[in-house]
Amino acid sequence: MLLETQGLRKAFGGVQAVSNVDLAVLEGDVHALIGPNGAGKTTFFNLLTGSLRPDTGRIDFGGREITALPPQQICRMGIARSFQRASIFPKLSAFENVRVSVLAHEGKSFRLYPRANALARGEVESLLETVGLSDQADQPGESLSHGDRKRLELGIALANRPKLLLLDEPTAGMSPDETRSTMSLVQRLARERGITVLFTEHDMTVVFGIAQRVTVMHQGQVIADGSSEAVRENREVQRVYLGEAGWFWR
Amino acid sequence: MRGTSLRPLWGWGLLALGLGGFPLLASEFYIRLATEILIMALFAMSFNLLLGYGGMLSFGHAGFYAVGAYTVAILMKKTSVPFFLAFPAAPAVTALVAAVTGYFCVRLRGFYFSILTLAFGQLIWGVIFKWSALTEGDDGIVGIRAPTFLTSSGGSYYFTLVLTAACIGLLWMIIESPFGRTLLAIRENTDRTQFIGVDVNRLRLLAFVLSATFAGVAGALFAPFNGSVFPTFALWTKSGEVVMMSILGGMHTFLGPAVGAAIMLSLDQMISVYTEYWPFVLGVILLVLVLFFPAGITGFVRVLARRESAGTRLA
Amino acid sequence: MELSVLLNQFLSGLTRAGVLFMLASGLTLIFGVARVINFAHGSLYMVAVYLSYSFLRLFGPGGMGFWLSLVAVALSLALIGGAIEAGLIRRIYGREHLQQLLLTFALIYIIGDAVKFVWGITPKSVSRPPFLEASIPVPGGSFPVYNLFVIGLAALVGVGLWLMLARTKLGWLIRAVAADIEITEALGVNVPRLLTLVFMVGTLLVGVGGAAAAPLTVGALGMDVEIVILCFIVVIIGGAGSLLGAAVAALLVGLLEAFGILALPQFAVVFIYALMAVVMIVRPWGLFGTPG
Repeated sequence: MLLETQGLRKAFGGVQAVSNVDLAVLEGDVHALIGPNGAGKTTFFNLLTGSLRPDTGRIDFGGREITALPPQQICRMGIARSFQRASIFPKLSAFENVRVSVLAHEGKSFRLYPRANALARGEVESLLETVGLSDQADQPGESLSHGDRKRLELGIALANRPKLLLLDEPTAGMSPDETRSTMSLVQRLARERGITVLFTEHDMTVVFGIAQRVTVMHQGQVIADGSSEAVRENREVQRVYLGEAGWFWR
Repeated sequence: MRGTSLRPLWGWGLLALGLGGFPLLASEFYIRLATEILIMALFAMSFNLLLGYGGMLSFGHAGFYAVGAYTVAILMKKTSVPFFLAFPAAPAVTALVAAVTGYFCVRLRGFYFSILTLAFGQLIWGVIFKWSALTEGDDGIVGIRAPTFLTSSGGSYYFTLVLTAACIGLLWMIIESPFGRTLLAIRENTDRTQFIGVDVNRLRLLAFVLSATFAGVAGALFAPFNGSVFPTFALWTKSGEVVMMSILGGMHTFLGPAVGAAIMLSLDQMISVYTEYWPFVLGVILLVLVLFFPAGITGFVRVLARRESAGTRLA
Repeated sequence: MELSVLLNQFLSGLTRAGVLFMLASGLTLIFGVARVINFAHGSLYMVAVYLSYSFLRLFGPGGMGFWLSLVAVALSLALIGGAIEAGLIRRIYGREHLQQLLLTFALIYIIGDAVKFVWGITPKSVSRPPFLEASIPVPGGSFPVYNLFVIGLAALVGVGLWLMLARTKLGWLIRAVAADIEITEALGVNVPRLLTLVFMVGTLLVGVGGAAAAPLTVGALGMDVEIVILCFIVVIIGGAGSLLGAAVAALLVGLLEAFGILALPQFAVVFIYALMAVVMIVRPWGLFGTPG
């Protein structure tokens, strides 16, 4: 088991955004976290990465407790993330976007010497190639298309050589083509580099296309968890979602 | 940003020649003005490490400048420590003061950072103003006797030129280093920088201390040059001057603040002849820049800078 | 230490707190609603003090003159505030914060020199109104009635402001804008006009505070920055945007300053900074503010 949460809770005001969530992510899995808007997925991610402190509960990663550690420490332990809205360094070139992340991973962010330009070039080039941005290396992040920004963010995350990659709606706003290529990239990363992936997604084709395990959240709680076949057949899931919103089998 | 060079070498050579030969051609008055411009250029560039590169608008930077100036003045006048020891003590003391105040400041973002730096700057001013036993209070410390090689305006100029150039070289190294690159990343997206595993506050603190240290050097240069130091060195208006210099010259270019310093001091010389309301003029200039040239002057300078040196592209 | 000294310092601290509250409440209101940190707040206070001097000369030193002057100063400041918002600050809503800071910072220079131009460099002082000139006996000494008046006025301003925000239509609109400017605009509220109004209310408070403080202080160049820093400290400690926070923090700062002078006359201000530092370590968003 790579990641495990026990009794994780987070409330905002009176609303339980995440309510008593137990979740286990197995090493090497591509694991989907689904549920309608407001189910608590993003809050859950924020708890995992240290942006938010849980009210109660604990989080273990790779056999060590990481509950309420600051984000930079959690990141250095091997959890990298992407955001729903791609979070990049807008005025830096795509190349520099990835370079600062590589430098951070190599523990060189505080070095005053030598020049950054002399460092990490090969690594950055190969990462840009991995995410398919080699041609746009010199473009400022802000001038990239929406889909390319998401890919750039993936490159930034990969620079940390994560054991676990948390992707918050990695294909949101992408064209069908972009979606396909992004998801096959994610799949390839999992297979070839042994990176465990936990992602949220609204597109069920994507979810059941690549996830080995699926966890369903609803109103802050986990209502189903298992292999993607089992969850697909789960009566409870069908009842809740078919009844409340037609999105599930869309 | 890959594979770039500092600037065409001949440009630097010409600049060095011009600055080095300047005292041979100019009158006493202009040599002293040039010396002051060099000191202020260093002060403004130290400040811009925070503003332009780190996105942190400090309104208390003069506090550190004053700490540098007073360290030299106090050590030389009150304890008769020789200049060659008092001078290096200045950046050390400044760094220490900056580490303590910076610890609080860098925890805050945006507005709050600016307010707190203003408050700490004024606190330093208050201490200098009121701790008369050490600082002579409002009277200032006068009659600082510079070593003989600094007594001539030419000697003072060359000493300042060499040290300023060295510090600017160090600043360039810092900006081009992995640290400098990460500082830019923080300016661009603080959250993201955290999630690539960087302790953002610690990095901001290092930037704060480095920036203050160079301001301390500028202050330490000014004390023997001026022969006296006053509490007004720490006042918020002095901090405001470096803000102005950076905005005017271009906070997104490496040498912009130095250009701003030259413009400001020259304007000061010219306008002060006509009016005592120089701050009013400053305020109006700043107002116009903000309202009508938000990217204006800085953007303009940036375009020039990009043409001259692709390597300094920051924003 | 004698009890009488402590009591005296307590009342002085309360007076100081009263003035600080009137100024900081305006600052925190403007920040809470318009999201503008007005660096020129202290400059407007300076203008209010100098205007008091001029209006008192105009209306005469009597009780009537005092009231007239108080109202005139408050209205003038509201007009100045409205003009600054409508003429300058409105142009830069939505731009990055850096530019807002720079704009109001530029106003410090401009207003400072304008005051110097109009009133000169000689400090200006005004006397207390005759009907408040007396002192009342307190154990071991006496205390000026005028200070009690300022304390009462501050309390009145606080309660009035709270009632306005909590109970009136205008207050409801202001809170709506503070909560979500876009939704409020979508509901058909004239948000730009409301923001101008909020600025006017904020600077009106500065006017009242400045006119009330005028007899207690001396109008002098440089007072603008001194007071704006204290106001910011109050707002930071209390929590930006919180009226209650401004009140509590003004009390803390006022009293700490008064008693700090007993302990360490030269550096009383150090205590205030220490308080701020502690608050910022424990609750960076202030005592009554909300994080984020």
